[in-house]
Amino acid sequence: MNRRLLTALAGMTLALANAPSAVAQQVPGAQADAYWDKDAQARARQALYSEHGGGLNYFALIDRFEYQSNDGTPTLLFDGQGWWGGDRNKLWVKSEIEYDFNSATFEEAELLALWARPISRYFDLQAGIRHDFEPDPTRTFGVLAIQGLAPYWFDIEASLFVSGKGDVSARFEAEYDFLLTQRLIVQPRTELNFAVQSVDELNIGSGLSTAELGLRARYEFNRQIAPYIGVNWKRSLGETADFARAGGEDPGSVSFVAGLRLWF
Amino acid sequence: MLTRRHMLQAGAGGGLILGASALLPAWARSASAGNKGIFELAGTEFDLSVGHSAVEIGGRAGHAITTNGTLPGPLIRFREGDQVTLRVRNMLEEDTSIHWHGLLVPFEMDGVPGVSFPGIRPGETFTYQFAVPQSGTYWYHSHSGLQEQMGHYGPLIIDPVGKSPVSSDREYVLVLSDWSFLHAHKLFAKLKKNNEVYNFQQRTAQDLMRDAKANGLGPTLADRAMWGWMRMTPTDIADVTGAAYTYLINGHATADNWTAIFNVGERVRLRIINASAMTIFNFRIPGLPMTVVAADGLYVQPVETDEFQIGVAETYDVIVTPTKARAFALVAESIDRSGQAVATLAPEIGLIATAPLLRERPLLTHKDMGMAMDHGAMAGMDQATMAGMDHDAGSAMTEPGAGDSMAGKDHGAASDADMQAHNHKTGAGVDNLAMAATNRLGEPGLGLENVPHRALNYLQLKSLEPNPDTREPEREVEIHLTGNMERFMWSFDGLKLSETNSPIATLSDGERVRFFMVNDTMMTHPIHLHGQFFELVTGERDFKPRKHTINVKPGEKMAFDFTANAGDWAFHCHLLFHMHAGMMQVVSVMPGDGEPLRDHMGRLKDATRNSSDDNLKSKNANPSAKIKRAAPKSEPVKTMDRGGMDHGSMGHGSKPAQPPPKPQPVPPDQPHDMKNMDHAGHGGAR
Repeated sequence: MNRRLLTALAGMTLALANAPSAVAQQVPGAQADAYWDKDAQARARQALYSEHGGGLNYFALIDRFEYQSNDGTPTLLFDGQGWWGGDRNKLWVKSEIEYDFNSATFEEAELLALWARPISRYFDLQAGIRHDFEPDPTRTFGVLAIQGLAPYWFDIEASLFVSGKGDVSARFEAEYDFLLTQRLIVQPRTELNFAVQSVDELNIGSGLSTAELGLRARYEFNRQIAPYIGVNWKRSLGETADFARAGGEDPGSVSFVAGLRLWF
Repeated sequence: MLTRRHMLQAGAGGGLILGASALLPAWARSASAGNKGIFELAGTEFDLSVGHSAVEIGGRAGHAITTNGTLPGPLIRFREGDQVTLRVRNMLEEDTSIHWHGLLVPFEMDGVPGVSFPGIRPGETFTYQFAVPQSGTYWYHSHSGLQEQMGHYGPLIIDPVGKSPVSSDREYVLVLSDWSFLHAHKLFAKLKKNNEVYNFQQRTAQDLMRDAKANGLGPTLADRAMWGWMRMTPTDIADVTGAAYTYLINGHATADNWTAIFNVGERVRLRIINASAMTIFNFRIPGLPMTVVAADGLYVQPVETDEFQIGVAETYDVIVTPTKARAFALVAESIDRSGQAVATLAPEIGLIATAPLLRERPLLTHKDMGMAMDHGAMAGMDQATMAGMDHDAGSAMTEPGAGDSMAGKDHGAASDADMQAHNHKTGAGVDNLAMAATNRLGEPGLGLENVPHRALNYLQLKSLEPNPDTREPEREVEIHLTGNMERFMWSFDGLKLSETNSPIATLSDGERVRFFMVNDTMMTHPIHLHGQFFELVTGERDFKPRKHTINVKPGEKMAFDFTANAGDWAFHCHLLFHMHAGMMQVVSVMPGDGEPLRDHMGRLKDATRNSSDDNLKSKNANPSAKIKRAAPKSEPVKTMDRGGMDHGSMGHGSKPAQPPPKPQPVPPDQPHDMKNMDHAGHGGAR
């Protein structure tokens, strides 16, 4: 028999033994109910709870809003996320949008809506859906992700996607902030995309499909507003690279980037 | 909005004639241009009005929530033993309240909405009535929302009936506080989004190079790796810093040069109150030694020092005797040294004391993690970094479901007898466990260990009067101060107030209790227990210092004893945003039966209680007391109709009868409890 149950049983026995004069352990603040209006007390107690740990908050981060030179095919990138909720449950929204200036089209536009719960001190588990408005054809995925802070201060995001057609893919993102000064911060960043199956119509091959490495230096005027410049290297790999070559594209590109990081 | 004229009227209505500065107490005398002083209200009848005010802080306009239109609020001056009536009118659009910090008033007059009374609704007037049970330096503040950060606080001085054991030629009150031009809710929200938003003293590449030069690259990198592995930062000392705050003395920024006047050779008594929302201060007067004569309102045996750390809500009375006709700086420096407030103590108006430069910020160490033992420290650390594990060092047995951890893990620490047990909830809200918590009462506080002058520590404090109750504790309760800096979650025993449905401890009136505080976090928490003076367990037998608030240092385990005083009492960290995040619970002291009740001074308590009943009756007849109130009962709980208690409205459902707390060292878990809230289970476990 476990200790919890034993304790409970012992408590009940004691309660029976002392029943006539039992002073129950009661709701915090219940003693004052004898002095004040009970409804007013109940209302105040509700407020007390919500004001001491029960509050809701929101967060919105535009991590990368940047111009990328991209070897002559300049693009505009938006990468943002945000949440709303309490300590235990959060609604998490993420979005990444890429716009190609030359062709005046959106190369990529994805939106994720996730429900998040903390699973450890530094990590949240997220589950929900992702919809890609671009590229064509649009696709919808189920998402399972963990996001948080790994040892040595790496911000980690690892996501697993299953498309409506059953294609399985994954994405791993990691960022690290290195403080040159209190406000000048260098941030290495990596993003790896994996596919379990080839998706021919989108030119995605199986295996590690794309890899990205970036280095950005931002200046935090305050912690919330920080313009930055940097360099970003992107490369398709394996079959995906073959698809690119077949389409007459260079599988690798180096970009100079300039942008703004914001949160509120 | 209150105009200045209204303020004056309110002040006059409170029983003080303003205008003739000679009638102002010495501490409030406006000594240099721009000093507005604090209005004093004295007597037995007080009219207070809580409302919005435009204030000027360091030459900049701001919006404050004030009492009678001033920031800080008026100095309220009682006389020990007087029966006082305070009518508090709420001019805000939200509920408000006033808590009399440190005063041992009947709990229903303690002013904590939802714990001791329903709060004061907008437009309503609430009447506090109580017999003033003590004397000394105290303060009052809102216990509603974040109003305290917005300016709703003021000093409260109680003159003794007899002769004071401490003589002085003049006295000043110094109310230390932190002011933000940003709304308090925004400050808090930013911390929830990014806990380092105000920390501009982090370690950078420059620090890395400097440390590498001093200590070698290997050890420097190892040190960085250790902190990085823990995902903690040694510069995490104050959540809100000088980047957001203007630090104030008596409502004045350094630029205002608030000045106190002395004549050479006079004994000047300074009553220092830390009325901050989030700032622990280091207080010193360079070149002028201070003799501490009282702590938290009660006299201590005089002890001379040069600097002391004052936690939020603590008060110290010191005597200084300037023997030179020069300006001295009164310096209140934030614990993280990101800013300070400086005022002047000078022989005449117009002098400005030289403000000392801010000193270098201190860094946290192993000891602050609760890992003071060097041997095996790394091993302990590796263990502690495992996500949300349950520690039970005593039995090395993990209780199933004792936390909401995913990687539940017990480590074989049973061999180490010094290992701190952790029988509380862990998981996402608890980022660190003090595995080797140490008693740090003999330390002056973070950053003051190596200052080139004397710095006060708690062991130096000895009560002037013998302690009224020197019985050994009948019960021990261990409470862990817990938190997660990254998530800005703060709690006791891993539980936020919003996650609890029972008191953290249920005691009996008159019972002698020992509370152990184990600080699992890396921050200093000023812990306040309402309604009691507690004796710090310092090794002293009959002259232990008695306090209402205690700075519990990072990684510390300390203890205090008290004689439980009947009522439901708030127990919380006095860092306002920690409390707002959940670091608050309720200590419930049930009325005893049979034994005559005694108050904090060992006197029979019946007199106090009866007189408070009279107050309640008279209040009933007071038309301004709009809050509906049930008929007062002299022994409220025993005669309470338990069936009528509205548990349902709190969503807890009905509860089975529970055993009385007294004969039972370990209160049982509640069978219907779905959240594994096992904090009740270790109420007396040790």
